Amino acid sequence: MVCKRIIPCLDIKDGRCVKGTNFVDLKDAGDPIALAKFYSDNGADELVFLDITATEQGRDTLYDLVYEVAKVIDIPFTVGGGISNPRVVEELLKRGADKVSVNSSAFKNPSLITELSKNFGAQCIVVAIDAKLIDDQWMVHLVGGKQATQTTLYDWALKAQNLGAGELLFTSMNNDGTKNGFANDALLHLNSILNIPVIASGGAGSMTHFVEAFTKGKTDAALAASVFHFNEIDIAQLKNFLQEHNINIRPIYND
Amino acid sequence: MKIVIIDYGSGNVQSVQFSLQRLGYTASLSANKNEIKSADRVIFPGVGHAQMAMNNLEKNDLVELIANLSQPVLGICLGMQLMCNQTEEGDVKGLGIFDAKVKKFQDLKVPQIGWNTLSSSSDKYHNNYVYMIHSFYAEICEQTQASCTYGLNYSAVLQKDNFMAFQFHPEKSSRYGAKLINEFITQK
Repeated sequence: MVCKRIIPCLDIKDGRCVKGTNFVDLKDAGDPIALAKFYSDNGADELVFLDITATEQGRDTLYDLVYEVAKVIDIPFTVGGGISNPRVVEELLKRGADKVSVNSSAFKNPSLITELSKNFGAQCIVVAIDAKLIDDQWMVHLVGGKQATQTTLYDWALKAQNLGAGELLFTSMNNDGTKNGFANDALLHLNSILNIPVIASGGAGSMTHFVEAFTKGKTDAALAASVFHFNEIDIAQLKNFLQEHNINIRPIYND
Repeated sequence: MKIVIIDYGSGNVQSVQFSLQRLGYTASLSANKNEIKSADRVIFPGVGHAQMAMNNLEKNDLVELIANLSQPVLGICLGMQLMCNQTEEGDVKGLGIFDAKVKKFQDLKVPQIGWNTLSSSSDKYHNNYVYMIHSFYAEICEQTQASCTYGLNYSAVLQKDNFMAFQFHPEKSSRYGAKLINEFITQK
C-alpha cells in the first residue's frame, strides 16, 4: 500500500526560510536550499514551500529558488503562495516544482482550479485551505488567515475536489502554532467525504501527534514546520516511532 | 554518451535533467527527430493528460519515431502509459510497445500520491520504495518486471527489448531512483 507521508514545510520570505506562530511573529529558520537538501537526504517524503512574499519582485526570487532547490533534491516538492494564474504555475513547474498549491486566489476564482487541472494535470494541483473552528463550524479563512468567509471547510473542500484539485492541504488555524496536536476530528471528516489525498497541517508538537493524525484523523500526509526546523523532532526518529506504531511509512535509508 | 530527454511539451524535463546532472551526466532536451535518433540513451518523460501529451507527440511527428528506436529508451510515468497499447484517459491509442491497457483506479483516492513498494522476482526491484503520482495504471502484462499494489496489482516496471519504463518517478525517488537511472544509463 501507499505510505503515509511526512512533509516539512518551509515558509519563504524574500528567499529565506521563516516560520510564524499563528501566522505572525516571523523568525528566521535558515537557508531554504540547505534546509531542503538536509530534509531530502534525511527521510522527508516531500517538501512544501510557501512563499509569503507575494510581490512581483519576490516572484522572480521564488523562481530562482525553485530552480536551485530542484537541482539539489531528489524528492517531490510543492510550491505555493499567492499563485493566481497559469503562467506562474507554468514557470514554477518548468523550474522543477512537482506541484503547486493555490489558496485564496482559488477561493475567489474557483474556475482557476479547473483551468490549472486541465492544463497541468490534477496531480500537480494542491488546494490549500486555512480554516478556523467558530461555533462548532470550520470556517474557511483567506489571505493567510486574516480574512474570514461564510463558507465551511467541508463545502469548499468538496467543491475544490469536484473542480479538479488533486490533493487538499488543510491547515487548522486553531491548532497551528499550539503544538497540541492536529485537528483530527476535522481530518477524519475530510477523509470520509473526499476521494483525493489530504495533507494535515497545524499543531504538530510531538511524535505522538503524528501517530494520531494518521490513526484518528486518517490523513494521508502530515505537514509541520518549526518542530522540524528547530530540531525538536528528528525525522529519522519520527519514522521509527511511526513504524513501531504500525503506520506504513517509507523507512529512512541506513547507508 | 549522448543522452536526450524528449521535450514535447508534456514532461517534467527539468527534474529529469537535474537528476542526470547529479549523477554526473549531461543530457540535452530535444524534440528534434535527428537528435533523438542519434542519441545513445533516450528518456521519454510525461506528466498531465494522455490526450494532450499524445497530441503533442503527433504535432512533433514523434509517434512512429519513438516506437522504432533501437537504443535504450526509458519511459517515465505518463511516458510509460503512452508506450502501452491504449489508455482510458481520453480513450487514446498508445505507441503499442507494451502489451497492456491503461485504466483508471476505481473506488480509491485518486491520484495515488506517495511512496509505495515494488514487488518483483528480481532483487533489483523487490521491496524498494518509489514515488508514485498517478490516477491511471498499466495492467499487469507479459512485460511486467515489477508490480505495485494500490487496491490492485499494476505494472510499475515494464521492459521489452530496448524499451524500459517506470510508472514511478525515479528522479523523485531519492537514492534508489538515482541508482535506477544510473543503471539505465550505464547498461551494456
